[in-house]
Parts: sequence; structure tokens; C-alpha cells
Amino acid sequence: MNRHLISIADLDRPEVARILRESHRFGEVMARDLKKVPTLRGRSIVNLFFEASTRTSTSFELAGKRLSADVVNVKASGSSVEKGETLKDTVLTLDAYAPDVLVIRHPCVGAARLATQYTNAAVVNAGDGAHAHPTQALLDLYTVEREVGPIDGLHVAFVGDVSHSRVARSGALAFRMMGAKVSLVGPATLIPRDAEQALGAEVSHDINDISSADLIYVLRMQRERMGKGGHVPTLREYATMFGVNHSRIRTGQRVMHAGPMNRGVEISPALADDPITLVERQAGYGMVVRMAVLHDAVARSGSAAEALAEAV
Amino acid sequence: MEIRLIQRAGERANLVIRGARVFDPDVGIDEIRDVVVKDGQIGGDDAGLEEIDGAGLLVTPGFVDPHVHLRTPGREDTEDIATGTRAAAAGGFVTILAMPNTTPSTDSPAVLGALIDKAEQEAEIGLGFLPAITVGQDGEELTEQGELAGLGAAGFSDDGWPVANAAVMRRALQYQKMTGLPLVLHEEDPDLSGNGCVHEGAVATRLGLPGIPSISESVAVARDALLAEYEGGRIHICHLSAHETVTEVRRAKERGIAITAEVTPHHLLLTDVELENLDPARHKMNPPLRSEADREALLAALIDGTIDCIATDHAPHAANEKEEPFEMAPFGVTGLETAFAACFTGLVETGQLPLEVLVRRLSSDPARIFDLPIPSLADGSEANLAVMDIGADWLVGPDDFQSKSTNSAFAGETLRGRVRLTVAGGQVAWRG
Repeated sequence: MNRHLISIADLDRPEVARILRESHRFGEVMARDLKKVPTLRGRSIVNLFFEASTRTSTSFELAGKRLSADVVNVKASGSSVEKGETLKDTVLTLDAYAPDVLVIRHPCVGAARLATQYTNAAVVNAGDGAHAHPTQALLDLYTVEREVGPIDGLHVAFVGDVSHSRVARSGALAFRMMGAKVSLVGPATLIPRDAEQALGAEVSHDINDISSADLIYVLRMQRERMGKGGHVPTLREYATMFGVNHSRIRTGQRVMHAGPMNRGVEISPALADDPITLVERQAGYGMVVRMAVLHDAVARSGSAAEALAEAV
Repeated sequence: MEIRLIQRAGERANLVIRGARVFDPDVGIDEIRDVVVKDGQIGGDDAGLEEIDGAGLLVTPGFVDPHVHLRTPGREDTEDIATGTRAAAAGGFVTILAMPNTTPSTDSPAVLGALIDKAEQEAEIGLGFLPAITVGQDGEELTEQGELAGLGAAGFSDDGWPVANAAVMRRALQYQKMTGLPLVLHEEDPDLSGNGCVHEGAVATRLGLPGIPSISESVAVARDALLAEYEGGRIHICHLSAHETVTEVRRAKERGIAITAEVTPHHLLLTDVELENLDPARHKMNPPLRSEADREALLAALIDGTIDCIATDHAPHAANEKEEPFEMAPFGVTGLETAFAACFTGLVETGQLPLEVLVRRLSSDPARIFDLPIPSLADGSEANLAVMDIGADWLVGPDDFQSKSTNSAFAGETLRGRVRLTVAGGQVAWRG
């Protein structure tokens, strides 16, 4: 078992299943009046965010606090990163405070992996560039298990901007690992080269091909990463050709989105608000899944394991 | 106008290597025998000379590398003329050409003159220069190529950057009629490359890294081959990486265009599967490591002569610059000290490349392209030779480098063919 959680590939199917079971246990705790457990009392968690985030940073922070850990949030803006400090030095500095877990989000691929070289903490990747977002994939699996049913045999279609999406990359890996079929549907300019081979998914440039899927996973158009003369002529044309709305959904299909949503672009406002769309459930389950991930990370980080056994 | 190779004046070599495998395909030598170096020349009476036991050693003509970054002036913290030429000697090289992407750029007679002066004090082996094609390597105004040629430039290059503007490239080809020196081209379409940092393909897609498509290189080569044909110019293409580019070079040669090409050891040996390690110190370079099909096409082209020679693109960087996330780290790996051993171990010993081809492509072939002296083991030649230990394993460690930098694609590999002795320009340049 890996000490760090950098990619879904660090886990195998039984480990994923175990994390999902633990998530459920924490979910039951969260249904109680007192939503706090002493599991990580005396432990410290640093959330290091080099990129904007609402869902991921909030849910990691709350997850840590509900496990009774001491949680510190460091954001790039307002930190020494603005003075030109390198990732290496930032991580070394934080490591001097001996955190048990370092949660890191960074705009560059491989940043979380790089951080593991400079800290004794267990590193949890909260998103590295377009590479991976493993806790998102785990919470997506958990959401589907709770709201839809067993994942094995399902068909998941990721729709839209696959090129820039770590959600799609980690999601494709995770859903396939759990026995689902994955397809990628989007404009040819937003599906990266050799995606079929790389991600083990069918590729289509026709939105009608989502009809055979059980789950429609709508990806955010990452306009901020596209630059001028972007990958689609206009967002209007994108919405017309690939926007997911009620007319493109059949009964029984469920819709997912990792947020933040561009309403009226990749998803219609009406569909975004329809209960068949799981986006709020995903956000809510994100916290319990991250409790399970943090608990796991501490359990795996060496000396912490025995202390944990005593505490529990 | 003559190309100037500069080497620090030193003692003439006097030694005899006993019972080594002596191999010079250009003059048809391949036998176990002695090699005498007397007063810096091959051959003569061996009485009273230093004796070197040649058992298990391979003696070949010294190597020639037309593509080296010496980082001087401006980044002497990563390499300078003394360490760069010592690294070259430690790799068996007797002649190298330095690229102009320095700070300031080697784009004026003043900078070139200063480098020549410095080389006369520091260069352990023959050092020549490839000044810039355009001022500041900005791709806009031509450098003073007449004067630079007069100072002894070996050719011109904007390496690190393409000459993106076709009209500027055309003007450089026209101006070349007066210098006769090759234009040495880093071929890339900057718009197609965009912010890419690895080969565009399945590995990049899986990792989420922005890709540099193969066509970024092949499109640029096709353009410049057509321009060279139209103007009757002579071009040398740097570091081929893609099979599409091999096709373009082959086509251009068939049409009779004066085009030559080089390939690096890392592109002959490694592919983008290495990227899974996300280690920019070893695997981030431009052009990027590409697919196995590309690697095979490059090797076949090197053997059939479509690619004329091997060049290292030795690109030293400070360790801290390479400790950044992959996308932020600079492009480039070192190569001088591992070139022969990596190719010998990975290609010759595995039966993919005849030793004869490796030695020619590292020695006489690049020398011919650039009208440099051809290293030879024939009696009476000035001694320019390399002696390699091909029997012993060498685990390439971080302390093994003469270069100031350690960003080698072969760090941590076990290689055979470490260089034990280099005689360059009749002087002992390296003993290892």
C-alpha cells in the first residue's frame, strides 16, 4: 500500500472498496447530532492550495476538523509563494512543523508527487494540473454507490473538455477499476490525442452517443485554460452542439458535475437544478470521503499507526 | 575564411597503448595491436614512452559533437568553457561546437571574440562556435555573418528557437552564399508547440501534460527544405525526434537538397514511457522523447545514412532549476559524458547498431558535415583518439560528471564503455 495518495493508480480495487466502506461509516457519524469524532486528535493536517477551490478546500478542512485534527490552511495568495518561494522550499518549511498529512493542490502536473520528496507527511493530491484528482474520483464513486447502485457494469460518459480535466482522467481510471465502461464525448479539439489508448475509453464527437450511458458526467469548460482562439469557436456553439439539457437525457439517466458549473454552457440551468443531477450530493459526500482518505493517510504514515490504534 | 577550432596550448602527448582493440572504420583498421602517440602524432618509435595496458580497451578516432551548450557567457554557474570541454574530453570528444543561446547571445563579433580569447585559455579540446543566425536569436534581423565567419565561425544557429519567420529564413539562406557556412536549425513551429512540454501522445494524455506534436518539427523541416532548395542553400537539422521528420529529410535528400541531420543518444535510446516518472532532470528536453515507433525510425535512419551523425545537445542546468514541477522546469539534459557508453550499451551490445556505424556517426561523419578535421588513427595523423573500457560496468552516479550539472537522462543507469583516455589535438585531454 502506498503511503501517499497521488493518483487512483496508487490504489487497487479492494482498497478503493475499503475507502468507500469507511466513507459510509463516517457518513453515519455525520448523521448524528454531534458531528465530530476524536479519531485524529493530536494530529495535524496542512492544506496547501496553490489554486482556487471552494468544494475541495472546504471539505478537506471540515473533514480534518470533524476528525478532531488540527487543520491549517495555506493558500498561495498571501503566502511566501507570492515572494517567489519554490514549491520545494514551501513544502520543506511546512514539513518543519511535522504535519501528519499534507493535502496539496497545484496547477502543475506532478506537484503532489514532487512534494513527497520534501516531507515526511503523507501527501494527498487534491489536484495537480490536468493530471489527477483522486479524492474527486473516490467521492464520485461513493456518490454513485449511494444514489444509483453498484458501479460494476455501469456505463459512464464524460462529456466536454476532457483535455484540461483531471476529473475525467481520475474518473476514467476509477470507474474502469470498479468495473464500469467509460466513454468520452466531446469536440475533437477537446479530446486529447490517443485518448482511447491512454484512458481505456471509447471516444465520440457526437453528443447523441450519450444515450447509451447510465451516468452523464458533465465536464466544466475550462475557459481560463484555453486562451485566445480557443478550442471551440464560441461557447454558444458549444452549448448548441454539446450542452447537456433535458432534451438530450432519457429517463433513468443520472447527471454528475464536479463543479463549479457554467450554467447555460456545458449544462442547462434547468438540468442543473433537477434532482436527477447529483452535483450537490457529490459536494456533500465529498466531506465524508475525505474523512476516510485523511484517516487512511494518517493510518499509513508510519509511527502514527500505533498511536491511532490506541486512540480508537 | 577558415573555421577556427580553439584549444588551450599544452604538452604534446607521448604514450603507447599496448594490445587494445584498435578500430577506425574510415581507414579500415580493426585489430588488436599497439597504438603509439609520439609528440602528439600517431605512429613512430615506441621506445621510452609511457605504457598503457590496452587489455579490454577499445581505441577509436576521437568524437566530434556539433551541438553543445556551454552556457558561457551568462550561466557559468551551470557550465563554463573549462568544465564543458573537460566533460567533452571525458566523453571521448576531441572537437565540439558551442551553441549561441547564451546571455548575452553569441550574436556579435564582440561576444564571439571574447569567447575565442577565453577558449584559448580554457578549452581542453578543439572548440568551435556556432554564432546566432539572428540578433538575440529573436528571429528578426540577421547577425553580422560576414564578420563572424571571418572570426572563424563554424556555421550559424538560433538553437533553442526556430527561425519562425520564413522570410527571415530565406534571407539567411541567401546571405549564406557569401559565407558558405551551414545553417544549423532547431526545427519547431512555435504555434504548434504552444505550451507543450512532452511528446503529444498517449503518455501525455494520461498524465495531463500539454503535448508538442511531432508535426511541429516535421512541418518546419519541410518548409526549410523547400526554402533551401529554392535558394540553393545548405542546412543542417538539429536533434531529429519524430518519424515524420525522418521522412521529410529523406525526401529532401532524394530531391538533391543540401540537407544533413543529427540525432541525440537520448532520442535513439529512450521514449516517452520514461515520463511516467515525471522527472524533469532526466526526461524533460526539447524536442521531447517520443514514441517507440519514432525511436525505431530514428535508429533506422541513422543506420541508412538519412541521419548523418549523432550530436548530444548537451544542455546543463542547475539542480534547483530541475527541482520544479515538470511543466515549470527548463528543457535540456547533459550528454557529453554518456554519449558513447549509452549508445554502446543500449544499441551496439543489444545488436541494434553496428559498432562501425556508431563510431562513424560520432566521429568522421559530423566532422565532414562541418568541414572539421577528421579524427583518424592512420599513421602520421595528429592524435585525436578516444579509449573506452568496454569490459567493465559503470553505474552512472551524480559524482561521476566533469560537467557542473548532473541532469543526465542516463543517471542511475549501468553502462559499458566509459572513457579512460582522450587525446585531442595531440594533447592528453582526459584520463579516467
